[in-house]
Amino acid sequence: MTLPPNTKRFLEEAGAISQFTGRFFREVFRPRYEWAAFIHQCYMIGYKSLPLVGLTGFIMGLVLTMQLRPSLIDYGVESELPAMVGIAIVREIGPVITALIFAGKIGSSIGAELGSMKVTEQIDAMEVSGTNPFKYLVVTRVLATTFMLPILVLLGDAISLYGAYLGVNIKATTSFSLYYTQVFNNLSFGDVLPAFIKSFFFGFAIGIIGCFKGFNSSKGTEGVGRSANSAVVLGSLMVFIIDLLAVQVTDILGLN
Amino acid sequence: MSNTEAAILIENLYKGFGSNQVLKGFNLRLNKGENLAVLGKSGSGKSVLIKCIIGLMQPDEGEITVLGESIRSLNQDEMDHLRVKIGFLFQSNALYDSMTVRENLEFPLRRHWMEISDKETNDLVMESLENVGLAHTVDLMPVELSGGMRKRIALARTLILKPEIILYDEPTTGLDPITSKEISDLMNALQKKYNTSSIIISHDMNCIQRTADRMILLVDGIAYAEGEFDTLKASTDPVILPYFE
Repeated sequence: MTLPPNTKRFLEEAGAISQFTGRFFREVFRPRYEWAAFIHQCYMIGYKSLPLVGLTGFIMGLVLTMQLRPSLIDYGVESELPAMVGIAIVREIGPVITALIFAGKIGSSIGAELGSMKVTEQIDAMEVSGTNPFKYLVVTRVLATTFMLPILVLLGDAISLYGAYLGVNIKATTSFSLYYTQVFNNLSFGDVLPAFIKSFFFGFAIGIIGCFKGFNSSKGTEGVGRSANSAVVLGSLMVFIIDLLAVQVTDILGLN
Repeated sequence: MSNTEAAILIENLYKGFGSNQVLKGFNLRLNKGENLAVLGKSGSGKSVLIKCIIGLMQPDEGEITVLGESIRSLNQDEMDHLRVKIGFLFQSNALYDSMTVRENLEFPLRRHWMEISDKETNDLVMESLENVGLAHTVDLMPVELSGGMRKRIALARTLILKPEIILYDEPTTGLDPITSKEISDLMNALQKKYNTSSIIISHDMNCIQRTADRMILLVDGIAYAEGEFDTLKASTDPVILPYFE
């Protein structure tokens, strides 16, 4: 049986990404450990993404509150606004929006950087100088995205909740302590933990796809652009797929 | 001459990509202290050949012995250890463009000589840069350098670990004739200073004439002809003649 070309290409790519991921897990536990490069990547990927994540989180909290208020007034439950906003941000909007922003900024940057290194033979140069480029470039970046995204999600959630607090106070007056009491009283373990755990998977997927696309870049500068672009597209798609799976898993585990 | 006296010995090397067989039983011997040029048309497999020597590509068949070690029998760590003794100058220079010139030169040092002090590192970096006449560029980024300067910096990085063998992949491609001559002279000077053995992949006849003790003509995947520049230049073989016209 002959497979249609697109199906064949999709399966080949899925197989190649699986192999790449398998290599990551083989290399990650083998010495030598690239601590300095890992810390540098955490700084570049985590710290340098904070302003963008913070700003988008703040706007998201503010806008979400302003959009929700009229509907809640119609139903006569305006007082539930902090609780609703809090749950929406912590459970879903915070992790997913932060991950999408992260995929756009970091996924494309990794894809372009490694792609450029690939086509200008910098990765080969690293290898001939006796350095394992997979370990030095890929493992450090994937670990950094995996561990930095959950931290960014927590910080983004906090900034977003503050934006929502300002949004609540645009047309009403709610004290800081009352607002946060309402938010946290309505949040449970089952709201916070699954959202936090899934952001590790978001970070891993964004990192591994960005690295895969960059590491397998070809055809000169055109290929670099394509690597960056497809790293964002596939990374964002993976965020939604993981989110869908996470909802199913938390439902099965009774955490919803 | 026994194998141990050869810096590199290649026997019956085959390498192909799908239906395109590039190397078809290629043989080569690089003696210690020798500069050997490999000449061939674009796409004849010259770069593939040196990528097989350094382990960036795996040959389909054949034996490659470098400094007495068969590279097929080496594991990754042993190969990395051997690579320290082999410098590789890339056609594109392959300087790390997110690092300064100093960081580019420090990178291989810090990876392999982990006990080295900051002062020793700095001394070696400056010595390498002085060898290529570019000590003043130490804090510049590669993007701020001209093509010829980038080539010299790449050469300095290649030499910083004091390799016994240097593989040059098209060292003068893309450079103007004057800069090409300077790079060729620099290669000669450094070869004499550090007593390295070299394989020079090129189709620049001026560079080959200036630098090579001996040359091999790679045609249809085999070492078609071998000898000194003047000997091959005097050949009346219709396959060899076009290379010297």
